[in-house]
This record gives sequence, C-alpha cells and structure tokens, in this order.
Amino acid sequence: MDPHDLEHGDHSELAEIDLRVRALRSILEQKGYIDPSAIDAVIDTYQNKVGPRNGARVVAKAWVDPAFRNWLLRDATAAIASLGFHGRQGERMIALENTESLHNVVVCTLCSCYPWPVLGLPPVWYKSAPYRSRVVKDPRGVLREFGVTLPDSTQICVWDSTAEVRYLVIPRRPLDTDTLDEVQLSMLVSRDSMIGTALASKPDANP
Amino acid sequence: MNYRSNADLGGREGYGRVVPEPEGSSFHAPWEAQVLALAVSMGYTGAWNLDMSRSARETLPDYSTLSYYEIWYKGLVRLMAERGLVSDEELASGHALRPARPLTRVLKGADVAAVLAKGSPTVRPATAPALFTIGDRVRMVATAAPHHTRLPGYVRGKQGVVERLHGVHVFADANSQGLGEQPHWLYAVVFDGSELWGEKGYEGLRVSVDAWEPYLEQIK
Repeated sequence: MDPHDLEHGDHSELAEIDLRVRALRSILEQKGYIDPSAIDAVIDTYQNKVGPRNGARVVAKAWVDPAFRNWLLRDATAAIASLGFHGRQGERMIALENTESLHNVVVCTLCSCYPWPVLGLPPVWYKSAPYRSRVVKDPRGVLREFGVTLPDSTQICVWDSTAEVRYLVIPRRPLDTDTLDEVQLSMLVSRDSMIGTALASKPDANP
Repeated sequence: MNYRSNADLGGREGYGRVVPEPEGSSFHAPWEAQVLALAVSMGYTGAWNLDMSRSARETLPDYSTLSYYEIWYKGLVRLMAERGLVSDEELASGHALRPARPLTRVLKGADVAAVLAKGSPTVRPATAPALFTIGDRVRMVATAAPHHTRLPGYVRGKQGVVERLHGVHVFADANSQGLGEQPHWLYAVVFDGSELWGEKGYEGLRVSVDAWEPYLEQIK
C-alpha cells in the first residue's frame, strides 16, 4: 500500500476494515461455515500459483507452434487446458489474435470479469471506474495512458465480458525474435499485453 | 420494481484517467486476500449463486465510494445477513451468538485445488435451435430490466451484428432472481462505434458484448 495514503487519514479506515474482516472470519469459523485451511489454500492459489505467467506460456506457444495457434483460435478452452490451465473464471475461453489491422482490448464494464486461470486476479485499474467507463468509448485515449499509440489504420475491437465467457488477447509477436525459444518469448508477454492495453515487449527492452 | 445497478459504467463520463499498475502483487493489504477467500468459500456453500452475488454487490447504495474488496466484503455480509447466516449483533461483537444454520456443503482445504480447477461451467445442453446466426443484424432490447441483468445500458436499443455463438448458458437475469437457470443461447454481438456513440470520431472502433437471446430482437 502507498504510505502516502496513510498520511491522509486513511489509516483508521484501513484498520477498521481489517478489524471487520477479522471479525467476520471469526464468526464464520465459529459457526463452521468455513474451513480455515481452505481460506489459506485459496489465498495461496491466487497469491503464488495462478498468474499472468500462465497466459504468457499460452501466447509463446501460439507464436512458435502453428498447430497450437490454430487450436487456440478454434477452441481456446481445450487448447489452454492442454497446458494445465483451467477452472474458476476460465470455464469457457476465447483467444483473440491481434494483427496489423486489428487490435483487441478486453474489459468488463459491469463488474470485473477476467480470465483467472491464465492471468490471475485482475489489477486495480481493470476493476476501476475510469477503465470500465472509458475503454468502450475511447480506447485510443485509454491506450495512450498506457503509453501505447496505434496507427489510425488499425481497427480496435473492445470485448465487454458481460457473460461467463473469458477473453485472452494474443499480442503480435515482436520482430527479430526468431532466435528466441519459447521460454524467452514468454518473457516478452506482459499481463497488460494479454488484456490489450500493451504490446508485447521488444527483445532488447527485456534484459 | 425499482432496481438500480451502480456498476453499469460503460460509456459514462467523468471518471478521469486510468492509473496503470505494475504486474505483481494480487492484493494490496492482507484483509483483501481474506475477503476474496471468504467470498469464494461461502460461494461454494450454495447458499447463493454467482448472479445473486453480483446483484448484491451492484446494488450496494455506496458502491461508487467503496474500493473493490470493500464491495466484496459488503456484498458478502449482505448475502449472509439476508439468509440469516450472520446477524448485525454478531458482526458488531465479532462472535457467533446464534446457532449455525445448516449449509449444503463447506469448502475443505483438501478440496480447494480440485474445486478451483473445475470451476462452475455455465454451459447447458441446447433444448431449442438458436434463433439467430452469424451475420444477422439484431437490435438489443431498449427497456431497462427491473432486476439484475447483464445487458449494459450503453447498448440498449442499439443495432449490432451477431459475430459468434457461444452455446447455451445459464441466464443471469433469471438465476439472479432465484427463478432457476432458464438457459438460453448466448451470442457475441458486435456494434460499430458510430452506432453507440455518434457518427463522428468513432471510425475504426467496434465493441462486442456477450448477450443472451432474450436481449436480442430481430430487425425486419
């Protein structure tokens, strides 16, 4: 958390919500509604095990393996599951491939729908009112705030995740990456590039 | 009949800049992680479904002033209080004061990995052919639903084109009201930016929305 916030009086609010959540947990434990080891296991899963490196593996494989890429575009749920990524908030997946003429961006304007098995939990900005309100209307303006400027000739398609389908963007493979292997390529694939608010990194930009 | 979602934000003005965040931590305070895990665990009990929990959150009166995990905390407390699973007195005292209500199931630590890996698929077998096919021009219903819905306000009454069929899925509107799953065909409908926002300045923009069949009207 930002120490700056604490100076401006948010400390007491933070302490208050912290106490409230502790109280709720105690009550649920006392009533037998929750198993404390399940709470720990859920946190461990999304803190340490499931995150955007999963999605980066999917993208890198699609870049090097045309058969996998075709499978991913045809049946993303099965193709992604073949790498071991499936389940909660990724029960039905669709992969969206960026091209020179089309750039895809994903949002959930109604809440925070996001493909957990491949990207983990969503970042704060993805769940925030500025992103949710603006990206469906002014995606170029939003992309500029991420430092991305696309040519005017590139169409933008924004995918609003309003049901139980989850979207993964396949960013364009950067030039001059022919000598990189799949693991090296996956390091060029950021979380944001798989949401559509960034491009894949250039190899020299990534030490 | 007065239903107001505070979460339907697409196209609204006045929210300012997006603040990017580096890849890394999933949580910004330990209590956030606790709230997520408590909500996942309690959701597993079957005392409510996913659509009911979205409805509970989006209708919180102070939704717009709360942080994301505060919304989850308040939504969770509300769902439990409405079902008599916790009381205000218990929340104030921090202790269980009444006997527990029976729950269908409790998430055990040993089952977490399997439960999360399985998820809760919403696809159901088709019992009727899809009314629309890829390439069809459709109009979205124009009236606001008096209950939880997943049709965003910014596409109400707008014309788009069916681009994908997603199969038959549990219908959020019905499921959120406890009316059963009432599965319907689900489509990706794509709108031109100019149809949504006006003729000028939106060239080259398309927006896709996933919409159940009852949201779609044929254009004659």
